[in-house]
Order: sequence, then structure tokens, then C-alpha cells
Amino acid sequence: MSIKDVIVPFSAWRKVFDKPVTIKDPINERPGADRYRGFHKNDLETCIGCGTCEVICENEAIDLVPVEGIETKDGDSGLRPRVDYGRCCWCGLCVDICTTGSLSLTNAYTWVEEDPEKYRFTPGVDEKPWDNEEKGWKKPEPNYEFYNLKRVTMEHLHPEERSDSFIEMVKGYSKEQAEKEADRCVECGICTATCPAHMGIPEYIKAIRNNDLEEGLRILYDTNPLPEICGRICTHKCEAVCTIGHRGEALSIRWLKRYIADQNPSEKYKTILNSEFIEKNGKSIAIIGSGPSGLSAAHYLALMGYEVTIYEKLPHAGGMMRYGIPEYRLPYDQIDKDIDYILSLGVKILYNTTIGKDITLEELGKKYNAVFAGTGLHLGRSTRIEGSDHKNVYQSIELLRKITLGEEIDLAEKMIVIGGGNVAMDITRSIARLQMKKYGKAGVIATSLETEDKMPADREEVVEAREEGAIVDPGWAPQHIEIVDDKIKGLHVAQCHSLFDEEGNFNPQCNLDNLKFFEGTMVVESIGQGMDLSYLSDDIKHELEIDKRGRIKVNEDFQSGLPWLFIGGDIIQGPDVIHGIANGHTAAKGIDTFLFKESK
Amino acid sequence: MSNNILNWKNNRDMFPEADEDGKPIVDLESQKYVKVWQGPNHPGVTGNMSLELTISGDEVMEAKTHVGYLHRGFEKLFERRRYIQCFPTCIRMCVPEPDINEYNLARGTEVLGGIEVPEMANWIRMLVLEMARLQVLLRMVPGQAGTMGLGLAGTWGLYYRELILDRFEELTGGRIYHMFILPGGVRGLLPDGFKDRLEENLVKVEAFMKDVDRLIYTNAVFKKRTKGIGVIPADWVDEYGIMGPVARAAGFERDVRKDYPYLYYDQLDFGYNIAHNSDVFDRFIVRRHDVDTTVDLIRQILNKMPKKGDIKAETPNVLHWKIPKGETIIRCESSRGEYLFYMVADGSIYPRRINLRGPSYTHAVAVLEKLLINANISDVSAIMVSLATCPPEIER
Repeated sequence: MSIKDVIVPFSAWRKVFDKPVTIKDPINERPGADRYRGFHKNDLETCIGCGTCEVICENEAIDLVPVEGIETKDGDSGLRPRVDYGRCCWCGLCVDICTTGSLSLTNAYTWVEEDPEKYRFTPGVDEKPWDNEEKGWKKPEPNYEFYNLKRVTMEHLHPEERSDSFIEMVKGYSKEQAEKEADRCVECGICTATCPAHMGIPEYIKAIRNNDLEEGLRILYDTNPLPEICGRICTHKCEAVCTIGHRGEALSIRWLKRYIADQNPSEKYKTILNSEFIEKNGKSIAIIGSGPSGLSAAHYLALMGYEVTIYEKLPHAGGMMRYGIPEYRLPYDQIDKDIDYILSLGVKILYNTTIGKDITLEELGKKYNAVFAGTGLHLGRSTRIEGSDHKNVYQSIELLRKITLGEEIDLAEKMIVIGGGNVAMDITRSIARLQMKKYGKAGVIATSLETEDKMPADREEVVEAREEGAIVDPGWAPQHIEIVDDKIKGLHVAQCHSLFDEEGNFNPQCNLDNLKFFEGTMVVESIGQGMDLSYLSDDIKHELEIDKRGRIKVNEDFQSGLPWLFIGGDIIQGPDVIHGIANGHTAAKGIDTFLFKESK
Repeated sequence: MSNNILNWKNNRDMFPEADEDGKPIVDLESQKYVKVWQGPNHPGVTGNMSLELTISGDEVMEAKTHVGYLHRGFEKLFERRRYIQCFPTCIRMCVPEPDINEYNLARGTEVLGGIEVPEMANWIRMLVLEMARLQVLLRMVPGQAGTMGLGLAGTWGLYYRELILDRFEELTGGRIYHMFILPGGVRGLLPDGFKDRLEENLVKVEAFMKDVDRLIYTNAVFKKRTKGIGVIPADWVDEYGIMGPVARAAGFERDVRKDYPYLYYDQLDFGYNIAHNSDVFDRFIVRRHDVDTTVDLIRQILNKMPKKGDIKAETPNVLHWKIPKGETIIRCESSRGEYLFYMVADGSIYPRRINLRGPSYTHAVAVLEKLLINANISDVSAIMVSLATCPPEIER
């Protein structure tokens, strides 16, 4: 210790002359930093109310609440996050995990309010002074994700391997692949709401993550008795709305479903699903058609204890799933796996039995307590253009059925398919395969009214069709088929520039200056299917309400004007497997309710 | 503990007699002793902790540390949170220096979950940890004299700490709770111009530390109040597990960054800051040198770190990230010493156990209780602050 130690501290007085460092008006002079984690902001348009922010919030500060003016619809829960600033710690995890990127934190950090209730607010709905603030915490740079945005690639047969064979082209996931894909799910349940059958999608994906595939199968069968089939050819509306799909690639929900079904051996189904013993209730139901809706209804009715008999016109069960969908997409043994389980529940099936010919609907009505009709859309529609009545103009549905039945179909080296839906792609690719087998080269052109971006067919169908050698040239309206000496020379088309008029009615408009000619000696029409209601006698038709477009009116349980007759599937909802399954399930519950009430 | 008091080498005449178990018999009725509670609300106590002092005249006869005022139970909270959700919680175990918690939790999760962190993220982590050390030292080094009534430098220090907090705000989006280091990486790259602004701040800090040297370390009062006070004998260091600056002030070369290098500390050039008298002054002077070391380390990190790179490794979906069964110990050097997490995973999405072992656990209980005996009551705060006690480490 020295005299220095006494004097030196007085140098502190020098600070008297320093400029003060205090900011006089911090609110205006000192905004938060560009990345500051301040108050919440939410873009209501982008937000879909998936609730992932609610799940990750460790303080339980976020609740999903209904908001006025936002409707619940497919892909949008109609809810929006409400933040409680009594609990929030501004960690920003909600922003980092936000699946759509709608949520952000602004750099505003001062807010005074008298009413404590106001600190619980819904960003974007309740107006706040910082709503237009651009700066603040946003999801960090690329490569910063809390889940994987990329799909686990599904392995397909190489185009060369599959172009001349009907072997199933999708290989299916391995355990590792399925678990990795299942890991991407955020369990928002937007898919469940959108799925017509309301399958427990997040639940069965969770079962995959937990490697509990038996539980997975039970969850599948709760709502869908055809998982092998749906796992392959479902139109996967769930994937279209998958919340991960907003910034990345949607989960492969369909392939995951297939994985569960594939991994469970059919001989264990009864044990896993606890259906070894079903108490019969002594009532019997007839089902017309063994398509998705009929099988679905049969499954749930059989589980409830009904004696179920299915009447099938064709020699095998499955309806459009077997006779409409080519084998390379849905192998017949997989259809059989699902159907055999349903049959093992005691469901009887009468093949080659046509209603109206072998037995009438009235007779069924008398013989059984109730009847469910899911006869589907098995009639092809024609374009009715000039030349479409030629003998070498075919309907895709007929050809597909013939291919399934193993019958020889007429082939030519150059063929034209009209239609842009999945059925059109099915027939195009089937023809390409047959041509490859017969001529060693595919020569089929598929054309549709819709342009490529609006084609109803799945994108992968179009890509794969092209890989297999077919030409897909969409955006053309067929004008007439050129016939010389009673032989088809080709199809004249004009560019189509709009499909619907201002009122939203189907009214395609084409530009006759831009014409094209597709060369081909056979034409296949695949522009939609119609229903064959010839099995309904006039007496029954009289009892049913049929609207102008020929659709039968049914109530929410698919009960028609005749109380004992339930109608569902494609003839009510349009062509779609999962809708059919959902209809069948609802109708089964409806039939049960109806018979229960009647017996009282 | 009580045995230690019995084995006290000094003359015990002036201490109260002890019973068979070694517990001092304090007869308050004799009017020879007074019980004084220092804390839980006391300017000289760091955090919610209290000292039950039995004094005779000015001298402390017996000291007892009481915790239990925090009511938070972090370790229990972790057991009901996903790993990712633990990270906004764990920082609350140390308010002045939250980043060490973030780092330990993230590293533990990565070790157990088998995640390789990108190089860039590790450099940023190191920068954040050193910046956090600097800001805590900037509050502590000038502020420690406040316990002796010399509050001026502490007030100045807050401004310089704020400068570092400004940089934190810019980098991490938060000033105190940065919530920046998360399992898998960090939450952002350095903003444009960040390096220059931080360098400006470092220059200011260095100039300020000269003021602190003049005001505190060349101060007769400060020296009188700290030299020879609260001496920790060298043989206590291993016996009690004393660490960090407190051990270094006793002449021990203890620094996790050098002894068990983590991140890229082995690529940096720095030494141990050592003193030998092991009194309050030496502990303060070790921390003073730590400021210089930290400033130097920040510069080294800024120069050595890559310009670009990934900030986060690909992890499983954080909502159902199951960490395989296992246990691990992760440690890092905090401003107070070795900061250790013991983590156990049971294969579920929640941690089975996350246990914190911070330096205060010994410093503020075993060491402090013993060190205070025979101390003057006016030195209690100085001794306690020199040990850098942090109650949440004891009661976590």
C-alpha cells in the first residue's frame, strides 16, 4: 500500500466531464435490434391453425382459438394462436417451428395496457401498434429446421424394368425409411380433418415411430378396412393439405399406411384386430357391389354382428379397385389380402350375380333387413365428337376391365387417349406396357382439355407415364376423329384456353386458330364415368328422389327415400376410393341405427 | 460440516463450546451472542439466499447458509419437458450467465443423441460463451467493491455490460436470456458488421478496465478491506472441490477450458490467471485478469472463426426426438468455475434427469460457512461475493 493508492482513486472525478451515456427517450431513440424477440405477429392468411406452436410452447402460453371470419375448411383448422403474455417467455420456438412461416416476433418491446385481459391476445386478429413492424425475430437462415422438410424417397422400379410389365412399381418403405418419414410428422391433425374417412393419421404415424405396427393396424381398421388398397392408390387428400407441405414436401402418408399394412401378416389380422369372435345379432344385410363402399359397409356391419351377403356382378370382388386400376399400381394379391380378411369375418359373397337379372332389388328388400347399394360408376362417357361412334373408339373402363379379366384387347402401334384424369393415365400406361410387350415400343398419346398444371391426374402419374414412353400432351380440345376408308387416321384437336365459364359451369372454350393433329389408329375415351342404374325398377325409382343430373338423393346416413335402401360410394360422391370407404362406414352405422330404431 | 468446525486448527477459545456431535452450543440467553439474518433480501447477498449468522460483538461465531427462496425446481421441470423445451427453462438457473446452461444442455443432448454439430455453430457457441463471460465479469469486477460501499465503479460497469448486451441483442434477439444455443447448433449467423461493432465495444471495455484499475485495484480502502480477508487455505481446494477463480486465486491451475478442452478452446492461446494469497483481494484480481483474457479470447475467436457455414445440424423432429438410453456428464468453465450437467436419458422424448452441479454448491455452503467463522460481520458480503455465490445452483 502506498500513497498512490490513496490519490489514484480520485481520478474518478475525471468522469464528471464525460458525456452521459443514458438514452433520454429510449422508446423512440432505441428500437429493438433487427432480430429482437419482441411481440408476436401472425399472418392470418398464411396461418392454417396447425397448432404446432401450441405444442412446442413450453410455457403453455399459446392456445388455438376460433376466430371470427375464418372458416374451417380443408387444410385450415379455422383456429389461430392466441398468446398469453402472462406466460410467454419470448423464446421464439413457436416462430422457429411454425410450419407455414406465418408467425414471427417483431422488434417492438414496449406495451402498456390498463386491462390485464388485453395481454392475452390473438396476433393478427387483435390490432396492435406493431402489426406493420417488419423487423424482429424470424425463422433463421436456411438449413435451420426443427423437422425434415424433405420426403424419404420412395423407390420405384426403373422405367426400363417396368415399361413392359405389370409388376408393382412402387417398392414400399423399409423400416428405417418408414420411421424416418414418420418422424417428420408434427401431429397437427389437419390431415385427419380432411380425410373423408377421418383416419387417425397422426396416431398411426406415431405407431410407426414407436415401432408398434399392430397398434398401427388397429388404428387403420378403426376407419378404413382396406388399408393395403388405400395405402397404394388412395387419392391422398391428406397429403395435399399436410402442413409440412407448406414449406417442404408433404409427408408420404399413403406409403406409411401401406407400410403398416404390408408389415402385418394377414394370418395375424384376426388376433391383432380382436375379431376372432363376433356375436351375431340375427339380422341380415344385403350389399350390392363389392367395391370400396360395399366392402367397407360389409366390414363394419359384420363387426356389429350382422349377417352380410354381397352380390357381385363380376367374377372377383373389389369393383373398380380390381377392374379399373391396373395391376402395376395395385397388385391383385394385395386386394385379396384386404378382402379375404373381410370375408373371414363371416361376410358371404355371391359372384357373377347381377341385380335385376338374377335377383331383383325388391326381392333383396324382402329377404334382408336392409340393403346397401354401392354399384359404382362402370359406364364410360363419350366425347360425342364426330367419329366417336367408330368401332375402334373405346372406353377406357371397358379396356381396363378386359385387361384385368385377362382378355385380349385390340392394340395398335399408335393410339390416342382422350382424358387427363388418373383413369386416363391408367389406360395410357397400361396400353404403353402392352404395346411394349407386343411391338417393343410404346406409341400412345394422352391428351386432355386441361393444361398440364390443371390436369386432375396426380403429378407423378404424368411423370411416370412419360418415363414409360407415353406422350402426354395436355391442353387440347378434341374436335373430330379423322376417318378415311372406315379406318381411323387420327384426332384433330384445338388449343383449349378455358374450361369453365364465368358462372363456374363446365364450358370449354378453344382457339380454333391453333390446331393440331394426333396420328393414331385407335382412340380411347377416358373423360369420366357414368352410373348404371338399370337394376332399379321403375317402382323403386319412383320412391327415390333423383335430381336433374341423375343423382339419387340420400340423407347423411346414405339412406335413400326407401328406408331399407342405403346407397353410397361413387354413385353418390363421385369416383374416389376413400370417399367410398367413408360412405360405407357411415352407411353401416346408419343401417345399425335404423334397424335399432325399427326393432323398438 | 460440524466436524470441520471441531477440527478447526485455530484457537477455539473464542468460539462457543460444541456438543458431542460438534454442534456449537449457542446460549442466546447469555447475551454473549446475537443471531443476525443476512438475507434473503439484502444488498450484499447475490440472489435469494440468506445467511444465519451468530455473532459475538463484530465477529461471526457461526454461519449457516439457507436456501429455499426460489421455489422453482428446474430439475423437476425438465423431466416433464421435451429436450427442446428445456432450453428456455434451463437458462433461468443462472440469470447473469445463462449461456453456460444452454451450452451444457445442448451438448448433453447432442452427445446422447449422437448429433454432430457443424463447425460454424461451434465457433459461434464459443463466441457466445465468451461474450457471456465478459458481460458477467463486467458486472462483477467493478461491482464487487459495492459490497464495501464502493458502488461507483459498479454503476459505470453496467454501461459497458450494456454494450455487450446490445451485441447479444443483435446476435441472439435477447439481452439477458439469449436462448441461442439449442440442441443441434445455434439459432443464427453473425449479423453484418457485427464483428466491427463488437471490436469497438471491446476497445471501450479495455479503456474502462483501466478506470477500474485506478478506482478499485489501486485503492487503499479496497486493499485494506480485502487483503488477508477470507483466506482459503490451499489444502481446502481439493478437499472441498473448490474451482474456478477461487481455486486459481489459491495458486491452482484449474480451468476446464484448458484442462478438458471443449468446443475449439484447444485452438486458442490463453493461460491460467493465478494468484497465491487466496484472500478476497486475490480472488478479485484473478477475475480482473479474466476480463483481459476473455477480451483476448473473443478477438481470437472472431479472427479464427469461418465466415460461413451451417448453423444447425439435422436433428430428428424436435417434437418427438427420442434420445437413446444413456447418461453423460458435460462441463464447461463458467465465470465462477466448473459448471457441470449430469444428464440421463431413458429413451423417451423427455429427459429422465438433468442434474446441475455448479461451483456455488460448495462455495456458498460448505466453504462459505467455514470461511465466515471468525470473520468480521462487515466482511461477510465481501467474502461471499468473492466466492461468486449463485443460489439457483444450490437450489435448482
